[in-house]
Amino acid sequence: MYRPKIVENLGEDEWIYAGHPACHGCGAALGLRHLLKTIGKNSILVVPAGCTSIIAGTMNAATFNIPFIHTAFGAAAAVASGVAEALSRRGRDDINVVVWAGDGGTYDIGLASLSGAAERGHNILFVLDDNEAYMNTGIQRSGGTPRGAWTTTTITGKKEEKKDIMKIVLSHHVPYAATASVAYPLDFNRKVKKALGIKGFKFIHLMAPCPPGWRFETHMTIEIARRAVLSGAWILMEYENGRMRLNPPSSNMLDKRRIPLEEYLMMQGRFKHVKEELLEELKRDVELRWSEIKEILEKQGKR
Amino acid sequence: MGEVIYPVTEPGEGSAGKTGNWRWQKPIIIIDKCVKCGLCWVYCPEPAIYLDKMGYPHVNYEWCKGCGICAHECPSKAIDMVSEYE
Repeated sequence: MYRPKIVENLGEDEWIYAGHPACHGCGAALGLRHLLKTIGKNSILVVPAGCTSIIAGTMNAATFNIPFIHTAFGAAAAVASGVAEALSRRGRDDINVVVWAGDGGTYDIGLASLSGAAERGHNILFVLDDNEAYMNTGIQRSGGTPRGAWTTTTITGKKEEKKDIMKIVLSHHVPYAATASVAYPLDFNRKVKKALGIKGFKFIHLMAPCPPGWRFETHMTIEIARRAVLSGAWILMEYENGRMRLNPPSSNMLDKRRIPLEEYLMMQGRFKHVKEELLEELKRDVELRWSEIKEILEKQGKR
Repeated sequence: MGEVIYPVTEPGEGSAGKTGNWRWQKPIIIIDKCVKCGLCWVYCPEPAIYLDKMGYPHVNYEWCKGCGICAHECPSKAIDMVSEYE
């Protein structure tokens, strides 16, 4: 019996069954698969409306082999709070309560209940699966859509910047918050494990590319997620008790050792219309985020 | 009083039917070129790739949707995507 090291580390148990209704090359399905591998069967998954409501299967079929609660769009964090409190009253703290919400269920519609749960500090893990638009209903813009991106409701490209959800969550002083990418499953696996070991409200922001919504070929999902990280558009980091740390490969990219942003953007149909001026603006946005991070790290060093 | 029937769903493979029918291209694994790194297994969103006792990957064509991620991520180019229409 031979197993590659990465397979041993991630674990061979599957809690998601093959033959589910996710699209070809779905980033969210891959993220879910790795999340469920890590949290295991002793967990309850709470999911608001979104792609994952479909991936879970329609009547007479179920994709996930763990308890699963469908909730209204805005209610995922509130439902999870109730479940977590009920479990703790019964003395069942060994059960993980995990929310898997899309960007609509976090950035926009679910923001109020997310804020409430984070403020009250319930013992739940909130995983934000960010595909940067309302993909399930037909690619409408959301608060998570980046500037310049085409969606069916921003046909000339979105004018506003992507909402900085991490800052909103951190303002609740949560014990653990992190970003992750489907292209780096071991990093995601480690972060989920770490979060489950901490009591309180935990938040993981997972980037999951969407082939039909981002307009790229289905085999490019991982390549695009990887290029997002390597170009610095997506930053892998974690906050433990408010202290920030960059994770590889983002940790080597503070001094601009990044691939050009075009190599990430121009692979996607949704950024096809981006020309010189807008491209410079998008590059400035990325630089701004990195300079913010540099500032935070420098401030931490002085303390 | 008759028995009350609850609409309980049982988890299982194929919640969207035979998703192998969605495929327009088919991954063929060339075992001779395989270096057993396990990356195709890691990145399969289905999961439709399973490993045998020796650690070699195989595709379950009943569920594989043919997205091609495995072929793109394979470091030794041991997976060919072949059209289903030839």
